[in-house]
Amino acid sequence: MVETEKLAPKDFKSDQEVRWCAGCGDHAVLSAVHRAMAELGLPKEKYVVISGIGCSSRFPYYMNTYAMHSIHGRAAAIASGVKVANPELSVWMITGDGDSMAIGGNHFIHLMRRNININVILLNNQIYGLTKGQYSPTSLEGQITKTSPYGTVEPPFNPGRLAIGAEGKFFARSLDNNVGLTTSILTEAARFEGTALVEVLQNCVIYNDKAHAFITDKAMKEDRQLIVEHGKPMIYGIERNKGIVIDKLKLKTVTIGENGITEADILVHDAHDPDPTLHLMLVGLTAPEFPVVLGVIRSVEAETYDQKFHQQIAHIQSTSNKKSLQDVLYSGNIWKV
Amino acid sequence: MTDNKENIKELDNVVIRFSGDSGDGMQLTGTLFSDTSALLGNDVLTFPDYPAEIRAPQGTIGGVSGFQVHFGQTEVNTPGDYADVLVAMNPAALAANIKWIKRGGTVIIDIDSFTEKNIERAGCVKDPLHQLGFRDYNIVKAPITTLTREALKGLNLDSKSILRSKNMFALGMVYWLFHRPLEFTKKYFEDKFKKIPVIIEANKTVLKAGYYYAETVEALHPSYSVAPAIIEPGTYRNINGNIATSWGLIAAAEKANLPLFLGSYPITPASEILQELSKRKDLGVKTFQAEDEIAGICTAIGASFTGHLAVTSTSGPGLSLKTEAIGLAIIMELPLVIVNVQRGGPSTGLPTKTEQSDLMQALYGRHGESPLVVIAASSPRNCFDYAFEAARIALEHMTPVILLTDGFLANGSEPWRIPDMATLPAIHPPLVEEDAKDYQPYRRLNEDLVRGWAPAGTKGLEHRLGGLEKMAITGSVSYVPENHQVMTYERENKIKQVQRHIPDVKVHGDTSGELLLIGWGGTYGHLYTAYRELKKEGVNLSFVNFNYIKPLPANTHEVLKSFKKLLVCELNLGQFASYLRLNFQDLSFIQYNKIQGLPFSVIELKEQIKKQLEVK
Repeated sequence: MVETEKLAPKDFKSDQEVRWCAGCGDHAVLSAVHRAMAELGLPKEKYVVISGIGCSSRFPYYMNTYAMHSIHGRAAAIASGVKVANPELSVWMITGDGDSMAIGGNHFIHLMRRNININVILLNNQIYGLTKGQYSPTSLEGQITKTSPYGTVEPPFNPGRLAIGAEGKFFARSLDNNVGLTTSILTEAARFEGTALVEVLQNCVIYNDKAHAFITDKAMKEDRQLIVEHGKPMIYGIERNKGIVIDKLKLKTVTIGENGITEADILVHDAHDPDPTLHLMLVGLTAPEFPVVLGVIRSVEAETYDQKFHQQIAHIQSTSNKKSLQDVLYSGNIWKV
Repeated sequence: MTDNKENIKELDNVVIRFSGDSGDGMQLTGTLFSDTSALLGNDVLTFPDYPAEIRAPQGTIGGVSGFQVHFGQTEVNTPGDYADVLVAMNPAALAANIKWIKRGGTVIIDIDSFTEKNIERAGCVKDPLHQLGFRDYNIVKAPITTLTREALKGLNLDSKSILRSKNMFALGMVYWLFHRPLEFTKKYFEDKFKKIPVIIEANKTVLKAGYYYAETVEALHPSYSVAPAIIEPGTYRNINGNIATSWGLIAAAEKANLPLFLGSYPITPASEILQELSKRKDLGVKTFQAEDEIAGICTAIGASFTGHLAVTSTSGPGLSLKTEAIGLAIIMELPLVIVNVQRGGPSTGLPTKTEQSDLMQALYGRHGESPLVVIAASSPRNCFDYAFEAARIALEHMTPVILLTDGFLANGSEPWRIPDMATLPAIHPPLVEEDAKDYQPYRRLNEDLVRGWAPAGTKGLEHRLGGLEKMAITGSVSYVPENHQVMTYERENKIKQVQRHIPDVKVHGDTSGELLLIGWGGTYGHLYTAYRELKKEGVNLSFVNFNYIKPLPANTHEVLKSFKKLLVCELNLGQFASYLRLNFQDLSFIQYNKIQGLPFSVIELKEQIKKQLEVK
């Protein structure tokens, strides 16, 4: 890909009026995407943004790139087609917890398995917003919504676990109100060769307000969020004295300085470990017992589908004596009359 | 090879049905026979009839696999109604096919397999041989299994391999009967089993053993000869509908100078298109085996957005699943070819059988006002031409096109004169040049109402597409009531304009008269044969076959209104007839319909037509 004159975030904004509700978490994510694209330095025409259906899927209209607002659940399949057909494009998929975890679940897991070089932004607000407040596959068990007036009786999906379980190679998590973290994660995800899933915990002010408030609480967030970085110990907390250790195959929170714990005892994050065990444990940590883990949790290099796909075609073409359809038509059993 | 010229009868055309257990290799046996006949210059049409189960219980009627070859010295357009020769490798095969044998026909059976146990397995109370009136048929009871074993005694093969080659004994017998040389088939063994010389040897030995056996037994005299047909000079090959479809798409991509992308999911009887195009990665074809039917079409839509000739292939149930995505391609006005190889429905229905019952779904099976182009192939070989046409129309008119073929065309095969690629027309998609000034995604470029195509990646033409209604010209989202009406008409009229770019429908026979026989798509061969034979008998009728369904050819009304009776024959309950009624409310149509998962027979068509002509 050719680097061109540096574009600014505003160059990626379309002329369309943004129609999300005031206070919706999507605004911040849109801003982070504009920033990340500017940071990556590709020309505008090389970016393709594909979405499905839902509030977050209105995203393409606000991008001044190639983009498609497709149909419910199918963004992963359409994005796969775009990337496989033309691997020179930087393909971004915007989806929500309904779009990718419910109706589009099948395409989602197969995208992860194939490892096609696509950046997936999953805006998880744990509710159906566009249809006005029904529960989603990530809604908490027991959650009261319009279609669960007495509480849901189904357990939620954890998108990270689902993705890694489906052979996903890159998983990161951010919060809508942390534009800096989201931008840096998106930039890293875009530079990662393979399917990169970025889950953004996003607030729906209308139908599921404060769903993530416990984690985002201004006063307590340092105690409730663990932002991991590859090669660094998993330390968090207002006083930066809390950490994660592994004990008898289970993760545990500890306080440095108590019970003889020193910084050396704290787990050092290895995002590049192909073994997903620890990544799955980190992804699964939930509040209030644990901090919610943010940042790039898993980033394991592997050959991508699109690379292998095009290498195979190039190889077959270079070794075949068939150069056009004409050669195929005249191969095998033919006879003259 | 001994000469058997002394006692030879000349025949115009012959139908042979090879039939056995699904593991007996009948498809191969039939293919080898038809290849040899085609190479000798006969016109040939073949049709396999196999069970949906890969290996149904051995020896049962459900497990019978058949392959019918119709070859002649005159034009052959159907696989033939009834068999002149039936090869039955076991009692079930005989029982399943008794009703398809012509009176006076030859029946070759492997008498070794007619044991009490096998007869019982076939579900017969008595030996099916007794059902044949002995005087009406020439029955050849050959000990095929015993003689195959005998022939291979010296070769040190295991019993399974020996039994597997008994189909070649039967083939050898049929070769003698029709005076065919063995060379082409021997050459096939040499190519196919290059690395296993003993198998080449075994197959050749058994083939010859069958040939000499036939010569020796009196029951097979006389033998028959079918002279070569008078065929247009050229280079020929055998082709079936699925391969022809695949190659037609490649031809279109070459003529449009675009890469070809197929997003698809395996489904009977369409899988062969995905298989063939996957082989054609050697020509740079991109095939994506998706996780489901929906992903198949959606990946194709993604590829279309990047400027590929994008295709998805499927059969009925898959078409149902793709419905919503087709609507997306319609509103985005992106080129897309949807190949639907029709099979018996509804639901899983009859996966390996043929039917024409997806017509209404192709025309109307979507929510909203969602018009697209529907065309249908009508012979195995012209699947090439109509796949090319589907792609041409999709690309030049920026629209999804549904190409309807069916199980009969897909699996049927016939000789095909290889076209000269230079004579195929160039295809001109309305691609917009980079940095084109004031590109508006939904601006109509011409009176065909086609919009400009700016593939993702084209500099300076960044734009957004999507499923929400688009503002005319600019393509931004619009909920304006009047705009929706404008756009609905634009989409509808764009499809209507395609009529200006398709040929008139051709009338066989007089352009006015008592009765017009009407068909569409895959029933062409049977209808045309019925028409031709009746004409020969002095019956006054004409015939039209439709390949362009939506829009219909411009002369359709003119053609139809010139006949007193309009008889529409279809393998469904009358979907095309209903469509014609809707379009031409001043005309009335009579129907003949068949829904058995089988093609028409020429005999039944002729009866129907005669009956209609008698009614005043």
